[in-house]
Amino acid sequence: MIRIINLFFIISFLFSAKAYSLIEIDITRGNLDPLPIAVSPLFQDDNSKRNSINELKIENVGSEISLVVENNLKISGLFNPLSKEAFLQKPDIAHLKPRFEDWALIKAQALITGKVTIEDKKLKVEFRLWDILAGREMMALAFTTVPSNWRRVGHIISDKVYERLTGEKGYFDTRIIYVSEEGPKTARVKKLAIMDQDGFNTKYLTLGNELVLTPRFNPTSQMVTYLSYFKNLPRVYLLDIETGTQEVVGDFPGMTFAPRFSPDGKKIIMSFAKDGNSDIYTMDLENRIVERITNHPSIDTSPSYSPDNRFITFNSDRSGFQQIYVMKSDGSNVKRISFGKGLYGTPVWSPRGDLIAFTKLHKGKFYIGVMRTDGSGERLLTENYYQEAPSWSPNGRVLIFYRETKSNDKGEGFSAKLWSIDLTGYNERQVQTETDASDPSWSSLLSN
Amino acid sequence: MNFSKSFRNTFLVILLSLIVSACATKKTTTKVEGQMQGDVYTGTDTVKYLADGVPDRVFFATNESILTTKSRDTLRKQANWLRENSSINVVVEGHADERGTREYNLALGERRANAAKDYLITYGISADRISVISYGKERPVDSGSNPLSWSKNRRSVTVKAN
Repeated sequence: MIRIINLFFIISFLFSAKAYSLIEIDITRGNLDPLPIAVSPLFQDDNSKRNSINELKIENVGSEISLVVENNLKISGLFNPLSKEAFLQKPDIAHLKPRFEDWALIKAQALITGKVTIEDKKLKVEFRLWDILAGREMMALAFTTVPSNWRRVGHIISDKVYERLTGEKGYFDTRIIYVSEEGPKTARVKKLAIMDQDGFNTKYLTLGNELVLTPRFNPTSQMVTYLSYFKNLPRVYLLDIETGTQEVVGDFPGMTFAPRFSPDGKKIIMSFAKDGNSDIYTMDLENRIVERITNHPSIDTSPSYSPDNRFITFNSDRSGFQQIYVMKSDGSNVKRISFGKGLYGTPVWSPRGDLIAFTKLHKGKFYIGVMRTDGSGERLLTENYYQEAPSWSPNGRVLIFYRETKSNDKGEGFSAKLWSIDLTGYNERQVQTETDASDPSWSSLLSN
Repeated sequence: MNFSKSFRNTFLVILLSLIVSACATKKTTTKVEGQMQGDVYTGTDTVKYLADGVPDRVFFATNESILTTKSRDTLRKQANWLRENSSINVVVEGHADERGTREYNLALGERRANAAKDYLITYGISADRISVISYGKERPVDSGSNPLSWSKNRRSVTVKAN
């Protein structure tokens, strides 16, 4: 279903001698002063325009790609893409040699230019990133792919620009899997849905005939694990989103739920509920061996591995209330790490390894927060009537979660939406979805 | 004549408004006092009956799976009914309210359903006649976002399986 994009680094230009640059972005603090950047429409000649219409029914795919880039940079909160109406230089000329004074005049500090050709059913895109203040090129790259991949080209350009200017990997060429929700609260219809990180290319993976919950990506492949009530038996399933094949995970005489992959993609960790008690189990996807990790009469659920696979965080009510714990991945050395006021749930280990994101309930309000893996340094990022289930962007800089609104006594006014927020606590924004949505999970970078 | 007619009309209006306000008062008092004890729902407006006098559901306090005196009474009635109807098997559905994380609520629903199941077993019903399923917070009966709605949703419901 998804073709892996062909990435050719063809152009090197003057890049060999690494240019000294004045511009860089510090993403470790809240960025209240986003970098002014001009995203010039990617130039496309008349011949390619005709091919673009034939292949894609889009007149100017170059402009469209630049809009994808512009939107990505804007929602990152780190960049301020300038209005194209103020641009003085034409896209083709700017791509060859920008007049830096013109771009400095409109207060741009960085400039993206590019060129697109479509020939022989191939889309070729080259782009350059320019440092306006230093008056030099910072990066030049070219890609060739199939024309239908044009949005992904925009995401890959965004990732390259983000990485060049922040020093960290981007998160734009990624997808979100989530649960699409429709209908009244008492008879909600839920389907698995997948979309690009920016809300485009939504596809529904189930029909809504059975309840589905909590889909999660395998960090290393196009596999998803989720909970389905198929035949009224709530079980963890494994789904290959390229082939559509799915299978139940393990052979448990009761409900399995709260699944997640290990970071190496080789195991599924989940809860199994029996006789009123939920414990944590793993199943090895290669040899199908099931291991019991916790054995305690309390509820142990929402497990999540550390990125090095050596530890597991989970929530348990063994203290009497829902709190967050960390243990070694064999189940030994269980330590409670949440000690603040309120209840703590849905711990999820950052891909960077240093933090655990969580949901907190205190005095009738729900918070998304982060703490260090020993429980110190708790920081609450956002407070609301109801929100939960954070999932990390692959670079560990952004969290996506879902938020529900309060309904009135008749049940009106209810909605469920996806939101994202930076680790800094800034840049909170709604993520567009076609329907109501919950349980988001962020994929790894699709290309690299 | 005119005077007495208008007097009569006024009298009627006053009488009517008295009746209306009496109804309103009655309604609000039952809602506030009659339907919850602590935060456990004690009303009947969502309850269905497996048979005459055999309620299908019991209610729980927030984050709890402990059976109240009233719940145990209801479950004893269910056990009696199941003894008299030995061909009937049941599914006990466990539910939670919307004020908890999804995965924890799935576990909590399972715990509640099993609390009801265990009580039925104590009263002589064979374990293989009773299966359980947890819906967590996925299937509320009341879609409001207020303490009374939540109390109706924290429940286990015994339904016929065949």
